[in-house]
Amino acid sequence: MKTAEEIKLTPEIIQKHGITPAEYGSIKKILGREPNLTELGIFSVMWSEHCSYKNSKNVLKLLPKDGPRMLVKAGEENAGVVDIGDGLVVVFKMESHNHPSAIEPFQGAATGVGGILRDIFTMGARPIASMNSLRFGKLDDNGNTKRLLSGVVAGISHYGNCIGVPTIGGEIYFDESYEGNPLVNAFALGLARREEIVKAKAEGTGNPVFYLGAATGRDGMGGAAFASKDLSEASEKDRPAVQVGDPFLEKLLLEAVLELLKSGCVVGIQDMGAAGLTCSTCETASRGNTGVEIDVAKVPQRETGMVPYEIMLSESQERMLVILKKGREAEAKRIFEKWDLHAEAIGLVTDDGLMRVKENGVTVSEIPAKKLADDAPVYIREEKEPAYLKSAGNFDPKSLGSAGDLNAVLLKLLDAPSIASKEWVYGQYDHMVRTNTVVLPGSDASVIRIKGTNKSIAISTDGNSTYCYLDPYEGAKIAVAEAARNVACAGAVPLSITNCLNFGNPMNPEIFWTLKKCIEGIRDACLAFETPVSGGNVSLYNQNPKGAIDPTPTIGMVGLIEGREPVTSHFKNEGDVVILLGQTREELGGSEFLKTIFGVKAGVCPRLDLKEAKALNDLMIRLAKENLLASAHDCAEGGLAVALAESCISNKGYEMGAAINVGATPARPAGGRRVAPTDVSTEALLFGESQSRVVISVSPKNLKKAEEVIQSSATPYEVIGKTGGEDLAIQVIHRGLTPIPVRVLSHTWRNAIGRRMRG
Amino acid sequence: MKAKIYVTLKKSVLDPQGKAVGQALSSMGFGGVRDVRMGKYIELEMNGADRAGTEKNIKAMCEKLLANTVIEEYRWEIQN
Amino acid sequence: MSCFLINGYPDTRSHTRFSVKFGVVVFPGSNCDEDCRHVLKNVMGQEADFVWHKDRDLSRYDCVVLPGGFSYGDYLRTGAIARFSPVMEAVQKHAERGKLVIGICNGFQILLESGLLPGAMLRNASLKFVCKFVELRVESADSAFTKKTKKGQRLRLPVAHGEGNYFADDEALADLKKNDQILLRYADNPNGSVEDIAGICNKKRNVFGLMPHPERASERELGSVDGRKIFESIVSQ
Repeated sequence: MKTAEEIKLTPEIIQKHGITPAEYGSIKKILGREPNLTELGIFSVMWSEHCSYKNSKNVLKLLPKDGPRMLVKAGEENAGVVDIGDGLVVVFKMESHNHPSAIEPFQGAATGVGGILRDIFTMGARPIASMNSLRFGKLDDNGNTKRLLSGVVAGISHYGNCIGVPTIGGEIYFDESYEGNPLVNAFALGLARREEIVKAKAEGTGNPVFYLGAATGRDGMGGAAFASKDLSEASEKDRPAVQVGDPFLEKLLLEAVLELLKSGCVVGIQDMGAAGLTCSTCETASRGNTGVEIDVAKVPQRETGMVPYEIMLSESQERMLVILKKGREAEAKRIFEKWDLHAEAIGLVTDDGLMRVKENGVTVSEIPAKKLADDAPVYIREEKEPAYLKSAGNFDPKSLGSAGDLNAVLLKLLDAPSIASKEWVYGQYDHMVRTNTVVLPGSDASVIRIKGTNKSIAISTDGNSTYCYLDPYEGAKIAVAEAARNVACAGAVPLSITNCLNFGNPMNPEIFWTLKKCIEGIRDACLAFETPVSGGNVSLYNQNPKGAIDPTPTIGMVGLIEGREPVTSHFKNEGDVVILLGQTREELGGSEFLKTIFGVKAGVCPRLDLKEAKALNDLMIRLAKENLLASAHDCAEGGLAVALAESCISNKGYEMGAAINVGATPARPAGGRRVAPTDVSTEALLFGESQSRVVISVSPKNLKKAEEVIQSSATPYEVIGKTGGEDLAIQVIHRGLTPIPVRVLSHTWRNAIGRRMRG
Repeated sequence: MKAKIYVTLKKSVLDPQGKAVGQALSSMGFGGVRDVRMGKYIELEMNGADRAGTEKNIKAMCEKLLANTVIEEYRWEIQN
Repeated sequence: MSCFLINGYPDTRSHTRFSVKFGVVVFPGSNCDEDCRHVLKNVMGQEADFVWHKDRDLSRYDCVVLPGGFSYGDYLRTGAIARFSPVMEAVQKHAERGKLVIGICNGFQILLESGLLPGAMLRNASLKFVCKFVELRVESADSAFTKKTKKGQRLRLPVAHGEGNYFADDEALADLKKNDQILLRYADNPNGSVEDIAGICNKKRNVFGLMPHPERASERELGSVDGRKIFESIVSQ
């Protein structure tokens, strides 16, 4: 058998590693010689899109990363760090695990959760909440989508519940563009004291490098490279690329790592995620401006006969690289043993800047660490406005004619899986463990308290890909704005976002154009809301045999509440006054109404005025601060009618009706814009998705004060009704819905997904 | 020696997993399945050649840890 | 509503007069250990320590808590491996001496596996993990764990488990009923438990196991304070 050093690298082998001839030239230049097979493998994973962002780096730099609260900026470490005052910081990130979940939904989703949690606790923060953004094909009559949904939810539940981090919410959309290419974007947030944050750096020549955790097997060989290739029919056969997660082991790692970091014997630590041992060694060396030398023979191995190439590229889960202070090894070992963990010294920090891999003392690869980690090629891809945009934009919803009975339309919308209650999903997640979840899943934002302080953290994930399909720039802006509005509805000040950018093949100029436009939209919205990007990831090549997914930026927004209780979205008391904030326009394009009732995905998506959106958020925070809100609920998919229905029914067991009449009272402030202008169609008033609107309820005793506060803002408003009774009745300018029992609304909305999953 | 141990729920205990698999099989059009019982399969590589001693050992392992005799029953095979 | 609020530290502590020493056992994979200690210390105002699963001495505690979680990953069967932890011998002795033991969720499963309570757990009838608030009915107030409740009283507590489908054969069930050992039943059974059983005690009435989480329902901001009734019962010995 030949060793990796003896194998002659043919153009085919190079191409199979996804390395272009030009990239191969760069590798030769960096090394000053031909690479061997192990080195080629190492370059191929580090220079894959997943690790290097070579196709997106050039546009990612548009995103704003600076802000007074940003302690660790996007890209510097494994996750961003945001100051929340009083010496506390939150560490959070969202990451995609789309391709593994497409192949094996249970393990793909489970290891996605495991990976993002490791990114958080290796920074020294204890994970206190998880969320996820999921996308699937249509749920109706589709066995494959049901299988994927079941598997993904069970996988998230398996991993998150066992490790004891509450999964407090998220979002799910169903659309045919995700057929066969579901999206699983896992978000996690951790809490630490400011001084506890550690860096993933290898410093101090002679410090020992330890391998901690599960033994290495041939899992996910070149998974990072795999994640960057189109999913084709053939990928069914790629099953060995699936990794299996062990949440119990990770729970031990979590406790051991936090204890280890507290002990002060750690210099740096990094998870072995994508590209495993390769990525963690060269990145820690690069950040520390040092070198790292390891001997793969010392790496614990689960399988026999593994060669250096395999050990370096393996993606076995639940492993990490720990650089200890020399002389403190015994102390560290006691902690590893306490948690029944296996750790092995596999190498040393050096001062020559090289990532040197040995096997039983014989050098098998030697690469300048910094060049490997940081000098991946950066491409400026060709961009072109997609041809479909013109025809989709020219579509006029009015050409469709009447939607028929409005009561039936509302029920159909509440039954649409993208709108319906996600109880079937979050009921399988332990969303209460750690006893901090003060707003449970199902409100606009989920909220966790921080014990022993007066602070709570509100989190929302959002991203309407239909809008992004119809207008990538506007759609991405809306994704940020909706996430910000959701946390503001809870009474939180939006602080910062993380994001996953899920797109198709970037070599397609039309797809690259949408990526760039989305990034520009996120940039402008983040600047307007003063919410810098703390980190995130890019997942490209999301394609199925029919084509690319719709452009899907998902946004995870984190907000801070101090000294008061969060606001939730359901009506609380009979006789409270219902107020609509923000203006409704003739905006049915891209709506769930068009998709569900007419099967049409076209039109001009709603416009978002950033000033208007920011003013509304500020107003929401002020109303919350003054304790004037009984409830607040954002108008999103399904428009005003769905928002009202959800406020009536989202508190299970405590459903409450409302009598609504929009346009019955004069516009306020007098002479100001009406929230519901008379030239807007009934359908748009009820089901249109105009942005920057919120339905609030206030107790009659607070009404005067609330109106004063609202009038001092630039947001138009109208008192539209009262809560109470068994029915929801909605009139808009003399047309509307006959009263529907909230019991019926609740049953439809609550069982929509469970009914389909059973069927 | 290799011991192959099978642990299943007792007949008197409802097996929801087995029931779900049975229903799935019949809805996929596989007829003729009267009942499905799901269980665990455990493989042990044993040292030593004393068959009787090994049998005794395995029985103790099953009773103490590998099966919960309140709800489960077990059987095993030994291969040389 | 006060504008200054410190999370998790209610102004009025329910019981500072009494002092019960709690030992909260930490198994590898326990994940409700901190939640239990938080409530016992900061809400109930009692002494509460963590006890490592390798410790063998529980003599300084009045009440031992086996918390929820996934001890040993719930591999093989829930609680099956944890029950062989060194601390379990001490738990056994603690119970024999008539001192109190409460097992919550995974802790209940461990008590069943160790034989301190009769019966066994099966997977939920739905085959899915279930996390939600449920309504419970107190079946007996005659125990150290329910004395501050009334028979028939409704309690609203969360459940969070994949294997909470309690099973006991006919003989064991008859025994449980005869001895008034069923302390809690579900009003709306979430997991298929036989006879809606949510919590049982042993014959001596000093060992209690329940699937719902009282520690998740002991603070107003978490949506229910009914769980405090259980802890108040224990504390008022």
